[in-house]
Amino acid sequence: MSNLSSFSRAQSLGLLARAPAERLAALFPEAAAHTVLRGPETGAVMVRGRQGGTGAPFNLGEMTVTRCSVRLACGTDGHAYVQGRDKAHARRAAVLDALLQTAEAARLTAGVLAPLAAEETARRATRAAKAAATKVEFFTLVRGED
Amino acid sequence: MYVAVKGGERAIDNAHAFLAEERRGDPTVPDLSIAQIRAQMALAVNRVMAEGSLYDPDLAALAIKQARGDLIEAIFLIRAYRTTLPRLGHSNPVDTGAMAAVRRISATYKDLPGGQVLGPTFDYTHRLIDFALAAEGDAPEAPRAAPLGPVPRVTGFLDREGLIEDEPASDTPPRDLTREPMELPADRALRLQALTRGDEGFILSLAYSSQRGYGRTHPFVGELRIGEVAVEMDIPELGFAIEIGEITVTECETVNQFTGSKTQPAQFTRGYGLVFGQTERKAISMSLVDRALRWAELGEENTGAPVQDQEFVLMHADNIQATGFLEHIKLPHYVDFQSELELVRALRSGLREAAE
Amino acid sequence: MTPDAMTGGFADAPIQSAKGFRAILEVLSRPGTIVAAPGAQPPAPLSPAAGLAALVLFDGTTPVHLAGRHDCSAVRDWLTFQTGAPLVGAGEAMFAIGDWSALSPVTRFAIGTPEYPDRAATLIVETDRLAAEGALLRGPGIARTARLSLPEIAAFRANRALFPLGFDTLFTCGDRLAGLPRSTIVEGA
Repeated sequence: MSNLSSFSRAQSLGLLARAPAERLAALFPEAAAHTVLRGPETGAVMVRGRQGGTGAPFNLGEMTVTRCSVRLACGTDGHAYVQGRDKAHARRAAVLDALLQTAEAARLTAGVLAPLAAEETARRATRAAKAAATKVEFFTLVRGED
Repeated sequence: MYVAVKGGERAIDNAHAFLAEERRGDPTVPDLSIAQIRAQMALAVNRVMAEGSLYDPDLAALAIKQARGDLIEAIFLIRAYRTTLPRLGHSNPVDTGAMAAVRRISATYKDLPGGQVLGPTFDYTHRLIDFALAAEGDAPEAPRAAPLGPVPRVTGFLDREGLIEDEPASDTPPRDLTREPMELPADRALRLQALTRGDEGFILSLAYSSQRGYGRTHPFVGELRIGEVAVEMDIPELGFAIEIGEITVTECETVNQFTGSKTQPAQFTRGYGLVFGQTERKAISMSLVDRALRWAELGEENTGAPVQDQEFVLMHADNIQATGFLEHIKLPHYVDFQSELELVRALRSGLREAAE
Repeated sequence: MTPDAMTGGFADAPIQSAKGFRAILEVLSRPGTIVAAPGAQPPAPLSPAAGLAALVLFDGTTPVHLAGRHDCSAVRDWLTFQTGAPLVGAGEAMFAIGDWSALSPVTRFAIGTPEYPDRAATLIVETDRLAAEGALLRGPGIARTARLSLPEIAAFRANRALFPLGFDTLFTCGDRLAGLPRSTIVEGA
């Protein structure tokens, strides 16, 4: 997600799901008129892993997920699946998903998605840099021949 | 035999009130916040998520607060809560190869691509109590360095040379022990599910027993990695998959004693551990127990070791089942006991009469 | 997915699903009883009562078979969005929806196993007419006898002979619902 000016729908939904709820609320406080098609409802998604990391799937355990589907007055539908139990977060993400398919897309991409993506990139880079500082540098100790 | 009786409501209400007060403790000491538990008791939160089998750090932190720090009680609360949630579906299998690793070590190769990354580990601490923490817990920010490149799997190197057994990918939907009763013998997918949510102490002890010779499998930690992985799910109303969140997991791959024969070239075998959160001891233990349980499919001898007995391992790994059955014996059994008491009295009087 | 798939579900899921579950429980515990089962507005040809049963009983872990005219994209999309149930062939189904003629032969459906008699299918039979007349019913949940307009008698007698195995049946007509569990003894009219 290095390009901060355009996001596929899947990318933007992922970004909205991972975004801290308070941050999303701060960047997108408005509420466009919409009707709720489903939810927001909290449930569990069974997370799967693979045997040996690459083999057949197995059930690792569940995670809490809140989902919401909305319809704007213009008929555009928006959907969101968001980790955790925050219903306002899921609803806000669903409304944004719908608006991002309308003429509002450019404004919201610049005003909401781009800052969220930049902040996420910075967060990840910080953590990766701290991990990198714990990488072991081995020194080969050469033993004399005689 | 169970007999319904009434009474004790007021005693129970008062016991709850007393419990609430004791949970809070000395009111002159500040109340713990969920954020504090989540941030500063993170490994306890991780254990509750792993064994509660529900990834939700805030909920796990709240459960720890409510349970007064009794982690099995907190796990019980999480298990009870998860039964109230509708199942919205399942994720695609997480790609641990694409993990944003904060820790990644190998005991089999020193100089491996991506390097040995220690991460936030206790390993090189001296296990000396840090009295300075009693006064003040603030820590300076950790140093940074230029980010690392990709960290390929260690078992991938061995696999390329055919030195380790193949782990063929498939998309066979796994059985789910939370949805249907576990039937034995359980396949590996079901065993891994039971182990990853199993009690850390039980899995650790079983793993240790295998190291000491009870069902020995001679493991090396090929790779241990901890970090965040994306969770992706197919959304039917969208028609494509999206990321619904990110979770921290610990993965351990062991490289074990090899198999082989006159016709089949020798190969290392695998054990696998994958657990929610930073839960290193559990993931390593899980991979040893997974490997030991694979004795039949790898053509090994059953030495009768507990760790090789899947009925023993799988039916006793769950600490909520265990504590539920164990603790029920403290509840009223007045009538059972009365009948046994009468039986013992009858036997004693029978013996006395015979002696007279 | 069609926009219609996303409407017609519960507006107040906790209350409506509890009421719906109670209606299903009622008709299966008192075979022959016909109750009103409103609350769902599914796309045709799915009836409101069958839609309600789907919203209450189906989820991602309940494989569903759609038979005959019910196997259309409107119904498939609606069930997928509203319930997440996977759509499967008759033999693997935990639930099946269709007209009686489309569901027949009903020997295709799971009847459970001696260890797990609960692993049997529940058939949701859509009918044009549902009335307390016709076949004579006896058995658990029926004080003396009851009557229900069954589409056929032989299949239900054969199913009763499998007891404790066998499928269970819900009958729907508009927003009305009736039930015939595998335990009910069916006699001719």
